Amino acid sequence: MKIKLAQEEINSSLIKKIERISGEDLKMCYQCGNCSGGCPVSYAMEIPPSQVMRFLQLGKVEQVAKANSMWVCVGCLQCYSRCPKGVSVAAVLEGMRQLTLRKGEDNQKIQDIPFPFLKKAPQQALVCGFRKFVS
Amino acid sequence: MKIPYYPGCTLNTVAKNFDESARISAEAVGFEMAELKQWNCCGATFPLTPDNVMGLTAPAKVLSNASKEGDTLTTLCSVCYNVLKRTNKVIRDNKEKRNLINGFIEEQYDGSVNVVHYLEVLRDKIGFDKVKEAVKRPLKGLKVGTYYGCMLLRPFEDMGIDNHERPTIFEDLLKALGAEPVDFPNKIECCGAHQAMGNEDIVTRLSGNVMTSAVGRGAELIVTSCPLCQYNLEKSQSKIAEQTSGYAGVPIVYFTQIIGVALGQDLNALGFEKNVSDIMPLLQKKGIV
Repeated sequence: MKIKLAQEEINSSLIKKIERISGEDLKMCYQCGNCSGGCPVSYAMEIPPSQVMRFLQLGKVEQVAKANSMWVCVGCLQCYSRCPKGVSVAAVLEGMRQLTLRKGEDNQKIQDIPFPFLKKAPQQALVCGFRKFVS
Repeated sequence: MKIPYYPGCTLNTVAKNFDESARISAEAVGFEMAELKQWNCCGATFPLTPDNVMGLTAPAKVLSNASKEGDTLTTLCSVCYNVLKRTNKVIRDNKEKRNLINGFIEEQYDGSVNVVHYLEVLRDKIGFDKVKEAVKRPLKGLKVGTYYGCMLLRPFEDMGIDNHERPTIFEDLLKALGAEPVDFPNKIECCGAHQAMGNEDIVTRLSGNVMTSAVGRGAELIVTSCPLCQYNLEKSQSKIAEQTSGYAGVPIVYFTQIIGVALGQDLNALGFEKNVSDIMPLLQKKGIV
């Protein structure tokens, strides 16, 4: 895969915003891949956690925003637990989700949630799910 | 001994069996779980973005209410425990956020409450040796998979209940009850959590991995400490049994229910009718009941 790097993308205000929202320093990551190895859902991600970090280090926010990775993250913090540099990819992905949700764009429509699930699911699943997927 | 207790929304409804079995077992080992006079939902997720202070106001209100009833707050649900403990740390250590939150909830809370999990009360305040003395129906020969999940243990520097990679608190408790704890590779892995809302395939795969991993190591029963883990595992059970040859399913119960059995409590009071798989044939086979 060929990608074109641009200084203005790497140092863009959007990258700074992701760092500010997530509280993480993207440059800390040195690409060991422990996060992708430990992540229980990296198999389902279009871009696995360590590559999310690399794309963002290179200023490629758009690629990460288009991928399903941030919506698939279960927030289990295994990435953070295994990171030798103390980076929480889960926080970075939450920051990416917030970029969308704070614009008022939902990832899931409440009316699409199956009724049997609403009836039987523990409340915590709904409260947590709404916070992760709904603006 | 009375300890202020925060049940949380799920334990008040769907997971009533978790709540009731815990209260009964607590009394059997000498403490009372005194439910907070006033409480609200904790938010069910600790905001991973530190600029989201609004997400901390609900748990801060719970903590502030708890501070009026004692210096300790105990809880059972792993997620409530995670959210309350982490929020408490923010309020205690970050003056700016503390002032912002207090201004919003109109309280003067300083983070002084000590948030402890029910397991910590048993280990540190009562002692597993005392629990062992109170056992009336030893769980002899019962092989129990100890499923911790995520929120009880991570992030390690905030939770600190046990080693986050190789925890043993469940195993130690189960040994005190006379059972044989089964260590298995997926005991600290995620069940699929909130993906239950829209991505069932992920939940089935992750929960399936937990159950087959435990059964593969000889578990006849799995204990959980989180209503969402319980729901996800139970819900995935039949699909995994269809997909996996040699896997016929395994009962999943809250750890407090099995404590209740071991402490000789009335089996009808432990809420087993709410569990998907019937645990009684297994207990009868082992000669426990």
